[in-house]
Amino acid sequence: MTSNSQSSIRFVLDGEVIELAAVDPTRTVLQYLREDLGKVGTKEGCAEGDCGACTVALAEVDSSGGRLQVRAINSCIQFLPTLDGKELITVESLRGPDGSLHPVQQAMVDWHGSQCGFCTPGFIMSLFALYKNNASPSRREIDDALAGNLCRCAAYRPIIEAARRMVTDYGERQQAGGWLLQPHAANARAGDDEKRRVDLLNSLKSDRSLALEAHGRKFFAPQSSDEMAHLLHEYPDATVLAGGTDVGLWVTKQHKELEVLIYTGSVSELRAQAVSDSQLEIGAAVSLSDAMQPIIEHYPTLEELFLRFASPPIRNAGTLGGNIANGSPIGDTMPALLVLDTSLVLRKGDGRRTLPLSDFYIDHQQTALQPGEFVEKILIPLPVDGEHVESYKVSKRFDQDISAVCGAYRLVLDGGNVADIKIAYGGMAAICKRAEQCEKTLRGKPWNEVLLDEAMNALGRDFTPLSDMRSTAQYRQRICRNLLQRFYLDTTGAGDERLYSYGR
Amino acid sequence: MNGYTAMVASGKRTKPRSGIAGAVGSAIPHESSEKHVSGEAIYTDDIPEPKGLLQLAVGMSSKAHARISSIDLGAVRAAPGVIDVMIADDIPGDNNCGPVIADDPVLAPGLVQYVGQAVFAVAAITVEQARKAAQLGLIEYEELEPILDARKAVAAGSFVLPSASIKRGDSTGAIASAAHRLKGSVSLGGQDHFYLEGQVAMAMPAEDGDLFVYSSTQHPGEIQQLVAAAIGRESKDVVVECRRMGGAFGGKESQPALIACIAGLMAQKTGRPCKLRLDRDDDMIMTGKRHDFEIDYDVGFADNGRIEGIEFMFASRCGMSADLSGAINDRTMFHCDNAYFLENVTIVSHRCKTNTVSNTAFRGFGGPQGMFGIECVIDDIARHLGKDPLDVRRENFYGIGERDTTHYLQTVDDNVIHEIVDDLEKSSDYRRRVDEIRQFNQAHELLKRGIALTPVKFGISFTATHLNQAGALLHIYADGTVHLNHGGTEMGQGLFTKVAQVVAEELQIDIDRIKITASDTSKVPNASATAASSGSDLNGKAAQAAARTIKRRLIKFAAKHYAVAEDEVVFENNEVQIGAKRVAFQELVHQAWFARTSLSATGFYSTPQINYDRSTFSGRPFFYYAYGAAVAEVIIDTLTGEHRVLRVDILHDCGKSLNPAIDMGQIEGGFIQGVGWLTSEELWWNADGELKTHAPSTYKIPTCSDLPVDFRVRLLESAANREDTIHRSKAVGEPPLMLSLSVFHALRDAVASVGSNNRTPVLRAPATPESVLDAVSEQQAAS
Repeated sequence: MTSNSQSSIRFVLDGEVIELAAVDPTRTVLQYLREDLGKVGTKEGCAEGDCGACTVALAEVDSSGGRLQVRAINSCIQFLPTLDGKELITVESLRGPDGSLHPVQQAMVDWHGSQCGFCTPGFIMSLFALYKNNASPSRREIDDALAGNLCRCAAYRPIIEAARRMVTDYGERQQAGGWLLQPHAANARAGDDEKRRVDLLNSLKSDRSLALEAHGRKFFAPQSSDEMAHLLHEYPDATVLAGGTDVGLWVTKQHKELEVLIYTGSVSELRAQAVSDSQLEIGAAVSLSDAMQPIIEHYPTLEELFLRFASPPIRNAGTLGGNIANGSPIGDTMPALLVLDTSLVLRKGDGRRTLPLSDFYIDHQQTALQPGEFVEKILIPLPVDGEHVESYKVSKRFDQDISAVCGAYRLVLDGGNVADIKIAYGGMAAICKRAEQCEKTLRGKPWNEVLLDEAMNALGRDFTPLSDMRSTAQYRQRICRNLLQRFYLDTTGAGDERLYSYGR
Repeated sequence: MNGYTAMVASGKRTKPRSGIAGAVGSAIPHESSEKHVSGEAIYTDDIPEPKGLLQLAVGMSSKAHARISSIDLGAVRAAPGVIDVMIADDIPGDNNCGPVIADDPVLAPGLVQYVGQAVFAVAAITVEQARKAAQLGLIEYEELEPILDARKAVAAGSFVLPSASIKRGDSTGAIASAAHRLKGSVSLGGQDHFYLEGQVAMAMPAEDGDLFVYSSTQHPGEIQQLVAAAIGRESKDVVVECRRMGGAFGGKESQPALIACIAGLMAQKTGRPCKLRLDRDDDMIMTGKRHDFEIDYDVGFADNGRIEGIEFMFASRCGMSADLSGAINDRTMFHCDNAYFLENVTIVSHRCKTNTVSNTAFRGFGGPQGMFGIECVIDDIARHLGKDPLDVRRENFYGIGERDTTHYLQTVDDNVIHEIVDDLEKSSDYRRRVDEIRQFNQAHELLKRGIALTPVKFGISFTATHLNQAGALLHIYADGTVHLNHGGTEMGQGLFTKVAQVVAEELQIDIDRIKITASDTSKVPNASATAASSGSDLNGKAAQAAARTIKRRLIKFAAKHYAVAEDEVVFENNEVQIGAKRVAFQELVHQAWFARTSLSATGFYSTPQINYDRSTFSGRPFFYYAYGAAVAEVIIDTLTGEHRVLRVDILHDCGKSLNPAIDMGQIEGGFIQGVGWLTSEELWWNADGELKTHAPSTYKIPTCSDLPVDFRVRLLESAANREDTIHRSKAVGEPPLMLSLSVFHALRDAVASVGSNNRTPVLRAPATPESVLDAVSEQQAAS
């Protein structure tokens, strides 16, 4: 611990600044709420961020510096020290000063949105985040906001009804109330209550980095890339913690003892995003929710892929850098990033190198990262005129599911010929990888059905998938081919509508 | 949005019987809804933890079938925070948590019969310590050959219970002489309950060595018996309480006994309060699910599609013990007619013993699997004859006054399926849409649509006649407020709300005067499980009886006190009309108390008219039937097998609804849950018998976006129950689940359109994208 560091965390809960020293770095926010505070309104359903019963909201000062940004997260896999500097809002925070229910809560009561009630606190918090971010959500936006919340009683219709009405029928009369009660209003200015909350959060800011040691574990939250590089040099075996949407499970499910954690979420360079003339530069600690916005803006055909990437609470916590560095063979962003010729800026000590993403993955959950090295930035080239880019994901369920197969394609035609083609798949091998044989078959040839057949057959030489609980190897092989066919049809205008958004 | 929205918004379909708040028939919110949305509802794990509480975890078998040669728990004992460990030999009483047959050990006594079976338990100071320590047990096994699937079990003669059969008429002769004959086989997957609140129990030692147990259970009385037997005591020594469950769906009918027994045994052993809350993965691995089935059929039918003879073979995977599989498979046999008259029929039912987790009750309790079988047969017949499946369904419906005796010899005398289907065919615009879909399918190469209308007829009552009984306990305090208790349990289905409405109606007081209280074995003894959709039927009547008893006493007192005739005492809208005088309810209560009138009563109910002989499978197992039907329209992607439900129209019979909002929730929720069972929820075991879909990351229940884009649900107008049920309502918990068969058959219809429409698609359930694509490929190859 450096003498210059801060050794306790501070966050806001229900208007109070809570300062905790000697926090166990891998204690989850859910454990803290239920076991330490006795706030049992927030529930554990799965302890892996897949059911949403544990959903809480975090408020942070936004980039303008004057407003609060609210986001839902899964408290079951969020480590407590990551709350530092933020405001935590739970289902127990929402009742008004007079004890009356929050508009979101009242709408859910009136429209019969709860049956057994166990998932309800989580739904309330996801709805609360929606309430603070969208005054008139569409069905698809509601579905998306709730994609991380499972209701086994399946009261989805009344919940959607409550979501549709919570602002118009309940929230609008709360404009004069406190910040929690006020629904999202475009262009509105911060009220007094919001200003107070912003000031309170700003007062927690410190230029001293967090360095905790408790229960035999160390937790560092460096604020600069230099500091991060230095720490990783000192602790090359440390666990790099980004959103924690996977690392959290190492603790809750595998009961791993993590001795040193270095958190990327406070590193200013890693939280930055920029667009140059030629590329998007996304800091490794930028959340998926934030990173997907410029990517979709430049590559609108990738919107479905990102909306089907886990759920908002996972995308709010999880980072693009984490998804990449984790190196899962079924990571959803990698096939698309591979075909877009994404490269990574890797840093080790004072040295940096830029590596094409296609060279980053070596084998199953094995990457080119050296000990002490970390991903600093992700560089995604901007689209060029006339290229076709698509990514298709196939899973048992549309929302919040893991791919059986995920394919991505980028085609540049010259006349009717394939000037350039890049094809990559997830779910087909031990790593997400390019279909090199298939690409070779296509390059320079006329883009037609005869060639397509040949290319589909070439995929058999690129991949030998496995059978598992998500699908059989045969299905993976067939889907791999059929998705290429879909891409072909989409480029020729013969593709039909996509079922994900069909009718919604 | 749909009829329901209009109903609640305008109050139109809300026909309360009287002016009090919460009257019978009013669409009031769930009694706990404010507590649900504010996080203030207390579930078992939320109960403030007593001093000295120990947290438990379970060490599980890693083998499907093996003898345990040794258990070394040294490392477990030595782990941080560990206070005690327990194996089978430490159990002082019965090592059993099986509800019907004592074949379900709490802790494996030397033989393990499935991966995930509990072998030892560990008690520690914190949950994490207990769970970490449980990983440290060293168990050595002598492996035995496992049987993992139903077909292999049938071949090996491996059964948990004797096979059963029902025979009526001459099926073999009728099939042989029929104009057409089809044979087929279909596989139907199981389903995990995935209640959001996992299994949990907390046991606390009391004086005399007694135990007080909080359990998340649909059957507190059975927990009481099994925990008492396990600790070597009697029912009087154990009290079990449950205020509410975070979902159950049948998964907390017998399964909580294992959890509660371990907690109770460890509490007895350590003398400290003990809590066992299963991690989600352990819960899914350790506890039973809906039975998966293999179904064979052989059917003979006429040119018009009428079934003349049919033979069914149902083989269900029961797992390693009997659990409730007997009654579940009986219900499969009772429901493989669905709404159809089967004149010549033979049904054979095998209850297969496999080295997998013991399967258990799940909403529908075997009925859905039986109905799945006959609906596939009907669809196959229609495709074979080139007819619209709806026409073949109609051809086979039970008649009214004719062709109305089931294969178990109960007369279907309350048949409203014709009325429902006629209405739905029109209101859903079925025929026009069938044409539109044909056109769509001709115009589209990649996307194909399908539509199906399927009926539901579901028998209401426990088929084990003795379970059809219920008790209630009611106190009225001197200030006129009411304490209500009954043997039913609240799992989200709204039972406590409905029963409170019944009592409010009976006493004519606002529902907020009534305190709804936790199910408690010391208040109402010997209660049956809250199951078989019968909660409101049974407990509503019992609570009504208790209220009537006290009301009679009040009437008697009032008549005497005010010197009027008893029939001049009328309870109405929080007041009591006594001759010409009108007094507040609480005033009369206070006067009655002062005059030393008993204001506490029990109520009891047993379902009338039912009688049934299990040895011959004949009689009247069901008090009445609940009906409904659904039209589903789907779209599939023939490149991937992905699909979406586009529109669903449902018309369902709840009799005279006690609470239309709650009934609507049961219908919609049951339907969606059924869609999950038949589409996305795939349980997958590897070759070693390990379940690999044991968390929401791998086991996919429906989410918000899976709700049909256009969802129109209506309650059947007018339909009072012909039988004298509570306020002429009908049970609603299970029947709507089977409305989801419409989605499966709409998918079949879409798949069939890939070929000639007349070819029978081979579609496995669940119809995952892979299952659909397999069926599509098969159609393509054949056409």
